[in-house]
Amino acid sequence: MPAAGRSRRISEPATGLRPCRGGGSRGTIFAKREGYSRGKTDRGSGMSRIWKSIAFAAGMVLAAQPLAAQAPQKGGILNSTLWPEPPGIVIGVNINAPTLLPATKMFEGLMTYDFNLAPIPVLAESWQIAPDGLSYTFKLRQNVKWHDGKPFTAEDVVFSFNEFMPQVHSRSKPTFERVKTVALDPHTVKLELKEPYAPLIRSFDTLSAPIMPAHLYKGTDFRANPTNQAPVGTGPFKFKEWRKGEYIHLVRNDAYWQSGKPHLDAIYYRFIPDSASRALALETGQVQLAAQTDIEFVDVARLGKMPGLVVTTKGWEWNSTISWIELNNRRKPFDDPRFRRAVLHALDREFIRTNIFFGLAKVATGPLHSSSPFYDPNVPAYPFDLAKAAALLDEMGLKPDGSGVRARVKLLGLPYGELWNRLSEYIRQALGKVGIQVTLESSDVAGWGNRFANWDYDMTTSFLSMLADPALGVSRTYLTSNIRKGVLFTNTSGYSNAEVDELFAKAAVATDEAVRKQLYSRIQTVVAGEAPIAWLVEIQWPTIHSAKLRDAIINGFGPNDSFADAWLAK
Amino acid sequence: MRILLFLGGWLVKAALILLAIVVLNFCLVRLAPGDVATVLAGESGAADPDFLARTRAEFGLDRPLPAQLATYVGNVLSLDLGVSYRTRRPVADMVLERLPATLLLTGAAFLFALVVGPALGVLAAVRARRVADSLITVAALVFYAMPIFWVGLLFILFFSVTLGWLPPFGMRSLIPPSGDLARTLDIARHLVLPALTLGLFYVAIYARLTRGAMLETAGLDYVKTARAKGLPEWRVVTAHILRNAMLPIITFAGLQAGHLVGGAIVAETVFAWPGIGRLAFDALLQRDYNLLLAVFLASAVAVVLFNFVTDLLLRLADPRIGAAGR
Repeated sequence: MPAAGRSRRISEPATGLRPCRGGGSRGTIFAKREGYSRGKTDRGSGMSRIWKSIAFAAGMVLAAQPLAAQAPQKGGILNSTLWPEPPGIVIGVNINAPTLLPATKMFEGLMTYDFNLAPIPVLAESWQIAPDGLSYTFKLRQNVKWHDGKPFTAEDVVFSFNEFMPQVHSRSKPTFERVKTVALDPHTVKLELKEPYAPLIRSFDTLSAPIMPAHLYKGTDFRANPTNQAPVGTGPFKFKEWRKGEYIHLVRNDAYWQSGKPHLDAIYYRFIPDSASRALALETGQVQLAAQTDIEFVDVARLGKMPGLVVTTKGWEWNSTISWIELNNRRKPFDDPRFRRAVLHALDREFIRTNIFFGLAKVATGPLHSSSPFYDPNVPAYPFDLAKAAALLDEMGLKPDGSGVRARVKLLGLPYGELWNRLSEYIRQALGKVGIQVTLESSDVAGWGNRFANWDYDMTTSFLSMLADPALGVSRTYLTSNIRKGVLFTNTSGYSNAEVDELFAKAAVATDEAVRKQLYSRIQTVVAGEAPIAWLVEIQWPTIHSAKLRDAIINGFGPNDSFADAWLAK
Repeated sequence: MRILLFLGGWLVKAALILLAIVVLNFCLVRLAPGDVATVLAGESGAADPDFLARTRAEFGLDRPLPAQLATYVGNVLSLDLGVSYRTRRPVADMVLERLPATLLLTGAAFLFALVVGPALGVLAAVRARRVADSLITVAALVFYAMPIFWVGLLFILFFSVTLGWLPPFGMRSLIPPSGDLARTLDIARHLVLPALTLGLFYVAIYARLTRGAMLETAGLDYVKTARAKGLPEWRVVTAHILRNAMLPIITFAGLQAGHLVGGAIVAETVFAWPGIGRLAFDALLQRDYNLLLAVFLASAVAVVLFNFVTDLLLRLADPRIGAAGR
């Protein structure tokens, strides 16, 4: 599909190629800065200036060639960083972020989703949704084989959706508990629901619903199954070796159903514990791919300037992460919406965006991520306004005491690295300017998780994925029914609004996209107005890779895609 | 007979110490808030109460503490160290898998320090208060004071990034060369920087220790006698001064040997060396109690063992030790 291939070359800057800037296709988001310092022309003799113009023109002509002319080259070994070392590499048994990177190369789902979260067929060739939304029929791809040679059939899908996902996959359990799957024939399955569930069509990716081999897992203890140590999937790469403490080694699946793919010979996921060492590995070329939290944001800009390395923020559309300060609505003064709004007004989120996230972020406006089709930008806004914040606090009766302090609160910082430490420090500084004295508390990941889940905090910083549909990733933070003590990523703030609960419930089962859009707009307006949590930024996770790696970031999953199309230029 | 009594006595003491360590460690690790279920949930960006309850029940984390302790001690006494909470593999396998890498690193650092340290100390003592002495003493102070991770990163920056002589991290090249000799050399090349980083700290200690002990011994009467007898200077220094100044070095070497198993956490983290120090550090952050306790136990056993060996060596080196106990 050459046309699609052309539109997928997203690591080139959106403004077009700049061939004369030395290094050809070194498109990065920092290309502009580069240009200014390289712009000095040296005044050669008349003849050399003519040759230069000719070269320039030739370059422009060459550059205008369709990008599809760059045919993928076969061969090459890709080295990627992976940290921390995952506890396992079978999705469902583990759904930690580091599990997903290698597992998505070995397993596949019925479909995947592109940059706009529109479905792309993978193991399902086509599908039909009944008008009442109560049944989904999938025609499965034929001639697909598992890595051990056995054929992929509808039985595997039935097993995965009826037994495997509901039993092990904590995120997808609620989705697949609504569904009963039957095999109509060896290559057709039908999913039956009791009530319509709009997010279902966006729940069939590898990360949410990988298809598992029934012949290896049926009737066994899924978590203790020895196949978990040497997984068998249908994906473009097969498991070769996992040398604990060093790397995971995957090799090309020569019997892959997409003929001619994958192009890469092998992929190594190397465990490098120190972020400085990971940056070094990229610089020295020992690894060619690092993503998300592997490199500290402060280093990303520096790495982006290096010749041979490319930084892109595309490929996280499915993930769509928002970071926020969670305010414990159960504690004073956070139970008063005016205080919460004052907190939002006191924060310069543009400053946070440029100086703490180093530009790899977008200011958040409310509960939904701007990449969602249901996003509505017209919600109550909270511009940086210290006067307004002070006025709200005055209105509440929190006047400054002798030393100018209106309230004393604590902030439990997220312990994921330097960036979050800086964020905590900034929050303390910013809120201090309106008289809210913040005391910083710190912990490690387990300690933070424990306190957060058990509501033992005043304020804490956190981030969460909004996923492909608001009913999957957004509602969990605001629904009254999802207030569960001791469980992370539920409604930990304690926000409760019956209207919002009802709107979410209606939107989850509505089948008309327009109706859903209306409902989610109303939700965004109400929730943004009450500000139960202080949304900060939408994090635009960077993926840093060698310029030689092509077609790796081609859909909404970025580095978490199967890499069937990825190739290394020589 | 006396030897048997001596050994028997030591075994009993060692067993009691190890038991106390096991119980103490067990209680200590549980003081840290949060557990493995929390960590797994945090890394997944999703959790449900089922998953948390199930994970905790699987590892007995929902039982009362004394019950858990009793079960654990019982298991350890029957040499069953349990399974890792995170990977569900037997902990003993995981530790034994990574132990050789650590022993290689700490062993190399140990030998390096033991050879170079006292040598520099002797040099400093012999050339006391001259240029060589000042240089060595200052260098010793610098490497003693600088944190290991800082020294490590500086070495990587200089030798790997700037000069490109040595690999920056890891134990092997990504594509290991074929042939046993080439593979051994590959590991050796990767070993240089971490062993140097870890060893320089101990070199500093040995150098200062040796220098101090030698200067003290050099002032004693029998040294004057030896010189008066007309012995060559090098014989005075090695056979008389150094031999008698060895005691603190042996003592400290015994201490360092105890760290052979557990003492390389920082160096392993900076250099991504796949040893058990890093295993323990990760296990702590992930609240993988079984794994952490197994590493602590291995460390404790090494320390107790090497303490014993040091004791024996000291008795050999100085017959006066232990003589009073007869």
